[in-house]
Amino acid sequence: MNLEVTIGGLKLKNPVMTASGTFGYGEEYAEFFDLNRLGGVVVKGLSLLPKEGNPPPRVVETAAGMLNAIGLQNIGVENFIREKLPFLKQFDTSIIVNFFGDSIREYTEVAERLNSADGVHALEMNISCPNKQAGWCIFGTDPKVTREVIRAVRNVTALPLIVKLSPNVTDIALMAKVAEDAGADALSLINTITGMAIDIKTRKPKLGNITGGLSGPAIKPIAVRMVYEVYRAIKIPVVGMGGIMSAEDAIEFLIAGATAVAVGTANFIRPAAAIGILDGIIEYMEREKLEDIGSLTGTVDAG
Amino acid sequence: MIDPLPGQFYMLEVSGGYDPILKRAFSLFRKTSDGIQILYRIVGKGTAMLRNMKEGAILDVVGPLGNAYPLPSEDQIPLVIAGGIGIASVFPVIEKLSGRTYVFYGIRTKNEILMVEEIQKISRELSISTDDGSCDWKGTAVDLLNHFLTHRRSLISRFLIYACGPRPFLKEISVIASSYKVKAYLSLEENMACGIGACLGCVVKTASGYKRVCKEGPVFDSEEIVW
Repeated sequence: MNLEVTIGGLKLKNPVMTASGTFGYGEEYAEFFDLNRLGGVVVKGLSLLPKEGNPPPRVVETAAGMLNAIGLQNIGVENFIREKLPFLKQFDTSIIVNFFGDSIREYTEVAERLNSADGVHALEMNISCPNKQAGWCIFGTDPKVTREVIRAVRNVTALPLIVKLSPNVTDIALMAKVAEDAGADALSLINTITGMAIDIKTRKPKLGNITGGLSGPAIKPIAVRMVYEVYRAIKIPVVGMGGIMSAEDAIEFLIAGATAVAVGTANFIRPAAAIGILDGIIEYMEREKLEDIGSLTGTVDAG
Repeated sequence: MIDPLPGQFYMLEVSGGYDPILKRAFSLFRKTSDGIQILYRIVGKGTAMLRNMKEGAILDVVGPLGNAYPLPSEDQIPLVIAGGIGIASVFPVIEKLSGRTYVFYGIRTKNEILMVEEIQKISRELSISTDDGSCDWKGTAVDLLNHFLTHRRSLISRFLIYACGPRPFLKEISVIASSYKVKAYLSLEENMACGIGACLGCVVKTASGYKRVCKEGPVFDSEEIVW
């Protein structure tokens, strides 16, 4: 049975990764399962300098999901390389480093710094976090700016470059084409969907940041639809995510057009969720007598 | 099973489904010979589901998690202050320091009081306050603490506070503690998603930046907290 997949030049030993922001820098989860089993670890998004993040409350539960407004709290790229990367390097899994910037210059500076760090196998460029104030969001929603920022990063790195798309757009396939043209090696989608929850007693927003990103099974049908649309619009591989809780969910994304998947919110609920999902995919392949996981990708029979 | 320490907590699955979807954090209440006990108040959907569970139901549990209350030295005098269901978190301290603790326990009304006979037995002294005056002192446990400290100024340097309860309550305790220069350990609560330090959802503002309630806490030195 072949579980190996390739994402824009990055070989993964299996298609199951952990989604950025739900897995820290891997340390917390190493107590719960063997990280060597993962196809890849996508670390919490990094900026050039450490970021404090948003005031609490930062998370609130909603029906079949949760809203978060962490505000991209992170230790900064230098601290990551010095303090966290040595730990991650011990494992036989692909290390994908998610990063972002407040400006095109910051994007390229972080990417350049990661280029020269031993043990980074690929970059995931976040152009889509919904938890920042207006102005920043345009990296993921204004096609002209999206093209410009991806090109700039493409010019400074030879590492496989995965661009994480925002679902908070009218036409995701259009944004996918823009990213592909600008030099992305692969795309990951979806990031969280902007949402809000209000306490009806106090009439205050339940999040300190007022709005936040919705994740979990509530967003899965939207994510599957977007993966389906993007897969048909581009030639580069897609990493699918958005509410994957089970192997069945993951397989649905593969059939919709994903080459690999990322498990996010499920990690919070069951720390070893990604491993259960991987085992479930293997069982499915045995049951369906599938030789190669890649043979599932994009096989939806939509008539 | 790992032996828990007073102040630690567990994440419990309550629904097995998607609504509610997240695990809930519960303080260790008691360690028994064959497991652990939690003490909870029914406040929402999750805790209502717990109540309706049948004996023998199997739940996914992660823990023990977080840090613990630092225990007092021999010559320190431990004061335990609980607001409402906060009693669950400090109960193992009272139990562990058998016969040594002065307990100040505040609830809204008489019928909310829990474990009173037990606490009487294992504490040095128990004082109770109710918001509505239906039992003992009318007021809050913070009033009781204030009164106690005012009348024992000569012993101030030996006191050590352990407290758990609603945030405004803990804030008041922290103000009192710092005015008397008494060290206070507070167990905080914040919305949590993972409970293991990954999501950065449950942070509290401290003198050295945001800290995770689930990992660096839930027990904090009151001096650290920026209210």
